Amino acid sequence: MTIIKTSVGRRSFLKSSAMAGGGLVIGFNFLSSCQSKTEEEIMAMPKEWFDINAYLKIGDNGVVTIVSPNPEFGQNVRTSMPMLIAEELDVDWEKVIVEQAPYHPEKYGFQFTGGSRGIMSRWEPLRMAGASARHMLREAAAQQWQVPMEEISTASGVLHHELTGKSIPYGEIASEASNIPVPKEVVLKEIKDFKIIGTSRKNVDSKSIVTGEPMFGVDYYQEGMFYAMIEHPPAFGMTLKSVDKSSVINMPGIKDVLTIKSYKDGYEKRVFDTNAFSEIVAIVGNSTWEVMQAKKQLKIEWQAIEAYSETVTSFRGDKKTVNIPAGLESTAKHNKQMDILSAKQGKIVRKDGNPDLAFKNAAKVIERTYSAPFLAHNCMEPMNAFAHVTGDSVKIAAPLQIPGSILPTVAASLGVAVENIEMDITRMGGGFGRRAYAHYVVEAALISQQMEAPVKLIYSREDDMTHGIYRPTYRATYRAAIDANNNLTALHVKAGGIPESPLFADRFPAGALDNYLAEEWSIESNITIGAFRAPRSNFMAGAEQSFLDEIAETIGKDPIQFRLDLLQRAEDNPVGEKNDYDAARYAGVLKLVRDKSDWDVNQSNAHRGISAYFCHNTYAAHILDVTIENGKPVVQNVSCAIDCGVVVNPDAAKNMAEGAIIDGIGNALFGELSFKDGIPEKKNFDTYRMIRMSEAPKNIDVHFVENEIAPTGMGEPPFPPIFGALANAMYKATGTRNYDQPFKVTKDVLG
Amino acid sequence: MEVFTLNINGEKQEVNVDPNTPILWVLRDSLQMMGTKYGCGIAQCGACTIHVEGVAMRSCQLSVAAVKGKKITTIEGLSENASHPLQEAWIEHDVPQCGYCQAGQIMSAAALLKDKPNPSDADIDAAMNGNICRCGTYTRIKAAIKTAAKNG
Ligand code: FES
Ligand code: FES
Repeated sequence: MTIIKTSVGRRSFLKSSAMAGGGLVIGFNFLSSCQSKTEEEIMAMPKEWFDINAYLKIGDNGVVTIVSPNPEFGQNVRTSMPMLIAEELDVDWEKVIVEQAPYHPEKYGFQFTGGSRGIMSRWEPLRMAGASARHMLREAAAQQWQVPMEEISTASGVLHHELTGKSIPYGEIASEASNIPVPKEVVLKEIKDFKIIGTSRKNVDSKSIVTGEPMFGVDYYQEGMFYAMIEHPPAFGMTLKSVDKSSVINMPGIKDVLTIKSYKDGYEKRVFDTNAFSEIVAIVGNSTWEVMQAKKQLKIEWQAIEAYSETVTSFRGDKKTVNIPAGLESTAKHNKQMDILSAKQGKIVRKDGNPDLAFKNAAKVIERTYSAPFLAHNCMEPMNAFAHVTGDSVKIAAPLQIPGSILPTVAASLGVAVENIEMDITRMGGGFGRRAYAHYVVEAALISQQMEAPVKLIYSREDDMTHGIYRPTYRATYRAAIDANNNLTALHVKAGGIPESPLFADRFPAGALDNYLAEEWSIESNITIGAFRAPRSNFMAGAEQSFLDEIAETIGKDPIQFRLDLLQRAEDNPVGEKNDYDAARYAGVLKLVRDKSDWDVNQSNAHRGISAYFCHNTYAAHILDVTIENGKPVVQNVSCAIDCGVVVNPDAAKNMAEGAIIDGIGNALFGELSFKDGIPEKKNFDTYRMIRMSEAPKNIDVHFVENEIAPTGMGEPPFPPIFGALANAMYKATGTRNYDQPFKVTKDVLG
Repeated sequence: MEVFTLNINGEKQEVNVDPNTPILWVLRDSLQMMGTKYGCGIAQCGACTIHVEGVAMRSCQLSVAAVKGKKITTIEGLSENASHPLQEAWIEHDVPQCGYCQAGQIMSAAALLKDKPNPSDADIDAAMNGNICRCGTYTRIKAAIKTAAKNG
């Protein structure tokens, strides 16, 4: 890879912000104090810090504080993002302290966690931040030693000038460096010279986590704050009618009962403002337990909603009208509605060649329909937020994925200016897309405004699970045309869901087939949905990869070879121009996982299933091995191959893949949320089954394709294909195919 | 409301609360000991696991009155400076993702190792099945328990 020259523009995040004449001592706030330090470590803290740019400050003893800009929800960016900076700064990782950035987009750019875009979007900017600082340190040394800057090298936080034999540690020249202008251009390291990127570094927060340090939103505490919980309608399709405050106001510890209207009349929602229950009741008191007791006693009347339409601005900025029907919906009725639309023609979204003719001339046609239910995110930390509104200034601390998306909403609902809102980004106890929809922050702020006091809002598990923002329920019907010579001649996919279609028309196997037809449909609903780890892909991958296995079996081909042949076609002579994948990289993960799991050599493929998928810019393939014991699937092994370009922190990336695999198997086997008369039929973990220790795979191996391509995401891509690998392996083990999630063992195999 | 003197991590703590209050909320709201987590409130997820007289208990289902005078250990008191073999193994195996479930996982594992210093896979499954991890760190948790058993 060649050296990248990157100019730092005028609207750069970099600012030389040292105070005139020297050091700046930065106090630790709630979040940075999460670093649990030993006495020895505290002794090693510098007396003075020098700000070099928004992302880093260097202490007089050479300790470096690096700011991690994006919200952390378990993807470990608080380790891997600072690694990017430390690499280019050329310091020892052991000397680095990590601090969480507050929300400050002018300084830290788009502070967003989602879409597996973190490392991808920060790959160059963060390295530039490190490289700029290194440049400034070299410049300062050059001035002090009166030598050309180009002759000054660095290693492990020390500047060297070979000709004169001079050297100086960063800490001793950081003060001077902080006054050097930010360079216009910086040279980034070549990949072969990396010392930190590509090596496994332990999670910087592990020690805080294993000792129980306060670090999550729910741990936020301020002297004198009240505790609040909400009551929302018990069913989708209902809203608040009235509340009888007197039913609980005299209970111990209860301060007030409020009604909350999350949006002002006429407020135009944006995509992350999704909220089925914008008129709710809040109970405020002195402790969570007392509020919980009142919540049980509180008398509220609910009423049915009327159908309405609203204009919602999408992520890209275009507006669309969404119709919300009235009525209490049920899963049984949903299934009937989906049966009807599955049988009708949908909206054609892609057509290549002449699929009709190919189906007409086919010697054999296979048709299969796949389905999946609504899913709840079930982040282990329930939704919560701290807010303190005083007059027109607002302080918020909350676990959320996209702070920038909720601030304008908070500002509009409170009637304050966005600039008056200060926000700390806390660690999230899981997100998975759920915390992109931070209506709970608006609620906390409105409660605090009414109470004129600091408030911590926390959802009960039941509130969390029944509040919506679910993964939609989906259907997909696949048809394959096979000619007399056992060639696949056409593929037809028709997919839909409530309330959105899961289809990606331009994904593989589009591009690999002369005749291809894709149709979609959707059904309106008042049940709210939202992004859920690899949205839409999390269903389509399982359906598509199951169907490809059925075709391979029908035409008598090895399932991996069958996929590779299709990909070869797509690489050599693609059909259509919009195909959104790189066929060679796709094939690469299939070949790697095949080799690593001895697929060809090992003849005991009897219980193994293959699956591969491309989404969120990363390729992933799994081979899953299952046996059936006492009528239950036991996953013996999963081998996984991933192509996400350069792997920044390999062991952490493996952890992500393992987690995605386990989470996927759990959702495939147990995930299900059904409705009756608008009411979610599961409210807590006694009925909503989550995968547990004894159900996790016995072993997982993760392998990465080695290349020098700029890194892409890891949080989502390994998740969708595991559904297909499990379905295909269970078929091999039982002889019966699962078409509907959650998967069940319907027939035991002997031996 | 009633005044209770509690023995938490070897220290005496006085609180004035409703006797039915689960010890989970006493720890979190009255004492600001945030290591013990709320996940479900119905003894289904294990996030709130503590030790009472050395036995793993779900603190969301245990009233303050029931633990009066008993020896309570929370994640904050499991060791000095993360030196419990499980905490060390957790760091070595880089177990946590979001980390929310992990204090509960460690407390359940610590009680297991006290009873069975060399647990089998089946022992680990049985002891840990009450602790949910949505992030899916189970394989690492199991490996870390085995390492801790070896080093303990
Ligand atoms: S909070 Fe106690 S077991 Fe879930
Ligand atoms: S690490 Fe996130 S729930 Fe276990």
